[in-house]
Amino acid sequence: MNQRYNFPDSSGHFGKYGGSFVPETLMAPLEALQKAYAEACSDASFQGELARLLKTYVGRPTPLFFAEQVTHHFKGPRIYLKREDLAHTGSHKINNCLGQGLLAKRMGKTRVIAETGAGQHGVAAATVCALLGLECEIYMGTEDMRRQELNVYRMQLLGAKVTGVDSGSRTLKDAINEALRDWVTNVDTYYLLGSVLGPHPYPVMVRDFQSVIGREVRDQILAAEHRLPDVLLACIGGGSNSMGLFYEFIDENKIRMVGVEAGGRGEKLGEHAVRFMDRVGGGGRPGILQGTYSYVLQDDDGQVALTHSVSAGLDYAAIGPEHAMLHDTGRAEYTAVSDQEALEAFQWLSRSEGIIPALESAHAIAYLKYLAPKMGKDQIVVVNLSGRGDKDVAEAIRLTEKKE
Amino acid sequence: MSQIDAVFATLRNSERKALIPYFTAGDPSLNHTYAILEAITAAGADLIEVGVPFSDPLADGPVIQRASQRALASGTSLSKILALVGKYRRSSEPSSGQALHQRNSPPIVLFSYLNPIWQLGIEKFADQARESGVSGVLVTDLIPEEAEQIKKTFDRCDLDLIFLIAPTSTDERIRKICSLARGFIYAVSRTGTTGTRDSLSGDLKNFIARIRKHTPLPIAVGFGISNREQVATVWECADGAVVGSAIVREIERSVEAHSGKIPTEVDLAKRIKGFVESLIPPRL
Repeated sequence: MNQRYNFPDSSGHFGKYGGSFVPETLMAPLEALQKAYAEACSDASFQGELARLLKTYVGRPTPLFFAEQVTHHFKGPRIYLKREDLAHTGSHKINNCLGQGLLAKRMGKTRVIAETGAGQHGVAAATVCALLGLECEIYMGTEDMRRQELNVYRMQLLGAKVTGVDSGSRTLKDAINEALRDWVTNVDTYYLLGSVLGPHPYPVMVRDFQSVIGREVRDQILAAEHRLPDVLLACIGGGSNSMGLFYEFIDENKIRMVGVEAGGRGEKLGEHAVRFMDRVGGGGRPGILQGTYSYVLQDDDGQVALTHSVSAGLDYAAIGPEHAMLHDTGRAEYTAVSDQEALEAFQWLSRSEGIIPALESAHAIAYLKYLAPKMGKDQIVVVNLSGRGDKDVAEAIRLTEKKE
Repeated sequence: MSQIDAVFATLRNSERKALIPYFTAGDPSLNHTYAILEAITAAGADLIEVGVPFSDPLADGPVIQRASQRALASGTSLSKILALVGKYRRSSEPSSGQALHQRNSPPIVLFSYLNPIWQLGIEKFADQARESGVSGVLVTDLIPEEAEQIKKTFDRCDLDLIFLIAPTSTDERIRKICSLARGFIYAVSRTGTTGTRDSLSGDLKNFIARIRKHTPLPIAVGFGISNREQVATVWECADGAVVGSAIVREIERSVEAHSGKIPTEVDLAKRIKGFVESLIPPRL
């Protein structure tokens, strides 16, 4: 292939998206991070240590499970689940945290800060900091702290300080703002951003650390089926689990890549977190938020909109800039399912396969009912099961009881 | 020569320094903003920075965050702010027939995050800003590497694009920023968000000297300057001092003093005029 996918450019642009939109104070630490990351990429001892810990600490490779009941149910394509829920701490977030934690250590950092929404990234960050002996402070919206009390305790148990954020909607977006404010004040601190968001080099770095998912899928599906899949399916909040799955296959133009956003409870701005679909009441259009240029849910004046999703991990107004480019070029497809559909999939997968998915991952599962019936029996779908659903059980009971 | 250049040239000729008050437009309402603009002018401001509220002010401390929320709650938008600035500029020398950007009142510098400007459209914004008599624009989250298109448009409209330089900026970055900057350089006194500090950085003199090697432009210092003593310290080594959060906090106190009810424009203007006057060290 002479036209290999080669994004971002040296300053972090994915086509017209991405880049760095930050106060000048942060440019020196960002440039230092770019340099350190580039060095680590070509350092065999860094890569060796990362590979060793991914295997012995995280438990990689995670299995690629042939979901027989799910496949049988649709009587269509063969459906596989990539079991990121079985990674240490219960989600794919650990892949990125381990990579960045080792990088922080290599840069001589002693203090790490991170944001979290549902707490999956916060728990993974706190875990890696405990492992590597780094001081850790997690910013979390007070509304999310209320909804995810158990994860707050978990992070504290792991030795992290959890700082509540009381501004704005008191959720993920506000936690990122507060983490950036900490960083702009304490520029020697390492900011461990949890998704393919933010200024360069975060979108490329987080994608790279997550791309282990897709590399494993390639080996595993070739071993199982002697061929590559036809469709890759993943949920999208910021977009790190989907990029982790997609990236390995991005030059395989016959493979469809489908991202599922959070359709929430309605089509009006504020009722969902659908950044891409024009048919929804709207709001999602290119803009600048938290260091990057991408699609942002916003009002006519450029004020960022509130969002809603049953899943805290998808409840965010912007999306990674690489997804913005893949959307515009048509290389990836984006769609959405509602809160209700995700909740049904949450229960359905639990009963049919004995796997309780995170409400985030349940969005990808829910979309199978639209995708699978249009596919042939000889085709293959890989769904990224990005996290386990234990954290969501209480919320799911509350929401389903309310209905009954 | 832009109006900002002219103001600094006049100050330099008389060996004076600039006081540059900042406040958030629309806090607690745009009518109050108009009254505050007049009050700050009367108090002796040399330039005025008008903050454009944004939903996610990640470079700002709690005081300006709260002001932004109050401003957005009162229905403030960038278009309304531009209209208000136009009204303010028209009120200066109303019968002179001069274009608004040539009127005598202190030059207005808009202080904004990029997204509200981006959504209005760079071209449309620049044209409207020009028509309203805005002299300069500082975009908090715009670094020179991403500024090419905006810089070109602003140059065409004769709007000064003002950049921040931080203590963390390398010499290479300072050089790059100075090569694009117009109007003046905004030197950030220290790392961190906006907001008052007890003391100024001891390295301020060295920092300013480091910038001066790369540019003849005037240098104003901001972030954390809240009283007359600090203004005097800044004036010793730089060309101007920006006072922001302290004024915004004074506006907030006035709102609080009315137990959450909005004070009248006259009351608030009087209070802010007194406060800004108290910031000015005896001029030589």
